[in-house]
Amino acid sequence: MKLTLQIWRQESAQAKGKLVSYPIDNIDEDMSFLEMLDVLNESLVAKGDVPVEFDHDCREGICGMCSLQINGEPHGPDRRVTTCQLHMRMFKDGDTIVIEPFRAKAFPVIKDLVVDRSAFDRIQHAGGYISVNTSGKTTDANAILIPKENADKAMDAATCIGCGACVAACKNASAMLFTSAKVSQYALLPQGRVEATTRVQNMVRQMDLEGFGNCTNTGACEVECPKGISLENIARMNREFLGAKLKG
Amino acid sequence: MSVLDSKIPEGPLADKWTNHKNNINLVNPANKRNIDIIVVGTGLAGGAAAATLAELGYNVKTFCYQDSPRRAHSIAAQGGINAAKNYQGDGDSNYRLFYDTVKGGDYRAREANVYRLAEVSGNIIDQCVAQGVPFAREYGGQLDNRSFGGVLVSRTFYAKGQTGQQLLLGAYSAMNRQINRGKIQAFNRHEMQDLVLVDGKARGIIARDMVTGELERHSAHAVVLASGGYGNVFFLSTNAMGSNVTAAWRAHKRGAFFANPCYTQIHPTCIPVSGDHQSKLTLMSESLRNDGRIWVPAKLEDAQAVREGRLKPVDIAEEDRDYYLERRYPAFGNLVPRDVASRAAKERCDAGYGVNKTGEAVFLDFASAIERYGKEKAYTSGIKDPDAKTIRELGEKVIEAKYGNLFQMYEKIVDQNPYKTPMMIYPAVHYTMGGLWVDYNLQTTIPGCYAAGEANFSEHGANRLGASALMQGLADGYFVLPYTIGDYLSNDIRTGAIPTDSPEFEQAEKEVRDRIAKLTSAKGKHSVDYYHKKLGKIMWNKCGMARNAKELEEAIEEIAALRADFWENVNVPGDPNSKNAELEKAGRVADFLELGELFAKDALHRNESCGGHFREEYQTEDGEALRDDENFKYVAAWEYKGAPKDAVLHKEELKYENIEVKTRSYK
Repeated sequence: MKLTLQIWRQESAQAKGKLVSYPIDNIDEDMSFLEMLDVLNESLVAKGDVPVEFDHDCREGICGMCSLQINGEPHGPDRRVTTCQLHMRMFKDGDTIVIEPFRAKAFPVIKDLVVDRSAFDRIQHAGGYISVNTSGKTTDANAILIPKENADKAMDAATCIGCGACVAACKNASAMLFTSAKVSQYALLPQGRVEATTRVQNMVRQMDLEGFGNCTNTGACEVECPKGISLENIARMNREFLGAKLKG
Repeated sequence: MSVLDSKIPEGPLADKWTNHKNNINLVNPANKRNIDIIVVGTGLAGGAAAATLAELGYNVKTFCYQDSPRRAHSIAAQGGINAAKNYQGDGDSNYRLFYDTVKGGDYRAREANVYRLAEVSGNIIDQCVAQGVPFAREYGGQLDNRSFGGVLVSRTFYAKGQTGQQLLLGAYSAMNRQINRGKIQAFNRHEMQDLVLVDGKARGIIARDMVTGELERHSAHAVVLASGGYGNVFFLSTNAMGSNVTAAWRAHKRGAFFANPCYTQIHPTCIPVSGDHQSKLTLMSESLRNDGRIWVPAKLEDAQAVREGRLKPVDIAEEDRDYYLERRYPAFGNLVPRDVASRAAKERCDAGYGVNKTGEAVFLDFASAIERYGKEKAYTSGIKDPDAKTIRELGEKVIEAKYGNLFQMYEKIVDQNPYKTPMMIYPAVHYTMGGLWVDYNLQTTIPGCYAAGEANFSEHGANRLGASALMQGLADGYFVLPYTIGDYLSNDIRTGAIPTDSPEFEQAEKEVRDRIAKLTSAKGKHSVDYYHKKLGKIMWNKCGMARNAKELEEAIEEIAALRADFWENVNVPGDPNSKNAELEKAGRVADFLELGELFAKDALHRNESCGGHFREEYQTEDGEALRDDENFKYVAAWEYKGAPKDAVLHKEELKYENIEVKTRSYK
């Protein structure tokens, strides 16, 4: 198929960016979206032009490195996939595709389509862990019984890949879904309950410091999340946060 | 006498590790604060090591090329992690895990290392649960297990099809705790470019800031390389796009021996190649072989009809199907080790029974499992005389709960519904057993330079069993390295900080700078990918699932010629002093072009078939691998001498005192 790509080019964080148009031909519907960009980049290199920078790594939807706002949607038009899992069969011959970086104040552009998501790491530094030493000298794993239902819910929350689609989807650029996924995972497990109060306070504080917006419950994050992280987690985090406040 | 000293402790197998820990030197907590350690790579091995070393009190710097430590490729491991917990009461033990691993590795792994791995395996699970890793559980609240290839017990712990992700996020959380304490400094989007030696000891690295292009000097008292495997030498593999050999190869060129480079794991269950545009391959977890049955049509004409789209697999009658693994290996059936399963698939496809357009695919079928689970579920739900449709629906639900994310992944890539039609799979490069040679302490032949996880060669011999990579990575990082590195560092308590303005750092940085200048100045005809793809084709065709002397000799010549062409004609556009993905790739491919040649040289010298290394000249009458224990029961450790072809072979003889060496049979 034949397509027109409108791609955000920006030389550096300081430079001004703009959309540049690239016609592209011979795109196979079995290609992934990133393979289509590989084809474009190969043609740019052949012409001596500078290829488009974009983040990617595992190309199987688990590392969370790939991003891209495609026709206004994080990870493009398909549901429950990352950009690397998006296939060209989702598009039609003759389509124009607008490709931009994730847009958020807390995710500054580094170059072209690459953004800085280190704010997410800093939220995790603030409390995304259980304070246990890695000595292995803990109790036997089966000494902690966990109801299957809770273990499964914790697992569902823990599948967040930290890609940032939730932030990019949100009109307020809120990081509530991301933060709440980790808060929920630990809140649901007995191992995590011990520090639950300080954890939620520290992580929320850091989230606010990073310049993410507030949550107004529109639910766009849940729709665009490639892992289907549920809004329930935000509700749970709000409960945890309120509980922590009441405890003082 | 070999120059290689494996430093395996004396004493009975089961006591070696305990004795060793009791006898090695320790560094007191006050002194640890004066010692710096660099960890390159933040996957399971690197992340776990960094967290533990920081927790012990050392000052740790981590380096990863991704934008966050959480993205290291350990995250993509799907199926599970082994541990000899014997929670299922099915006869598991440390010895059995040890035995299975040595046998699975086709008797090319070190006994003492493997036993230690088995010994600490249980601790890993305890540790991860304490960290909040949400492993799958039974209704009673206890941990669930499943079975993997090459074993007869259920010892694999799992978190849906995302076990690697959950374990890595566990290690990442342990790192975060130390980052928050100021004990780990994380350098993300940084790539190690060279290892710096001072007085023969590893004392630091040169790293490139991938955002600004700036070269940085980082010093330390010891350097841990946990930079993963080199499967991307094949271009197409299940590795991440950025996975590379550079850190290990730079160390090799500085004096670390590279062991068994030809031992590569070709994983049997991957999604087949769809076309020339393909950039990487996707694994379908081995756990699927618990419930999936592998087959091809028994008749050549059926296979052809399937390929041409005239016949649907579901319409092929049971008696016209060849469940070739169950036929050839009745004892282990679909759960034979990976190397065996891969070769069997290749054998059927080469014989003309392949089932996709390219003729390079076999079926992985869940219909029997769906029916079995459906009946079971109907029975436990009290449904009397369920009809076929109900059984199917119930069965599909059970399969979805077990493997839902894998099925979804398959459907997105292939555009077929695997609940309704069998999956198509084919072997693909997945893991490299070879790597930097290390002794029992995980130290390379460079003092102060350690290698952990897939980057080293130690535990898996010539073939790794499923769910053992996660186990090894975490064992090395959490439980082995933190002890053994102290023995070395106990001599450094008075050294003080290592300066970075020494001539050694100066020189290393200059070499890196010159190399980057050379890569970016060529402005030749071809892109980096052009060379990488060419290298990959040579590797896959001549150093892949079946190898022979003639083709290996050709591969050596072809790779050397391709390398010369690369340095002459590669085109790396853009500014080296900014984010530049082409430059990043160029540096990695330059190293693959050297490693590939050593790989072929190693494969050529090993005149036997063992594990993942299958030489066509050495096979039994029924096509099984034919080992030569008399001449090849050793680790091949290669010393760098200026060019891959001049590498010098050193042998570490393998001794088996606790296990009888015999022909591996899964029949």
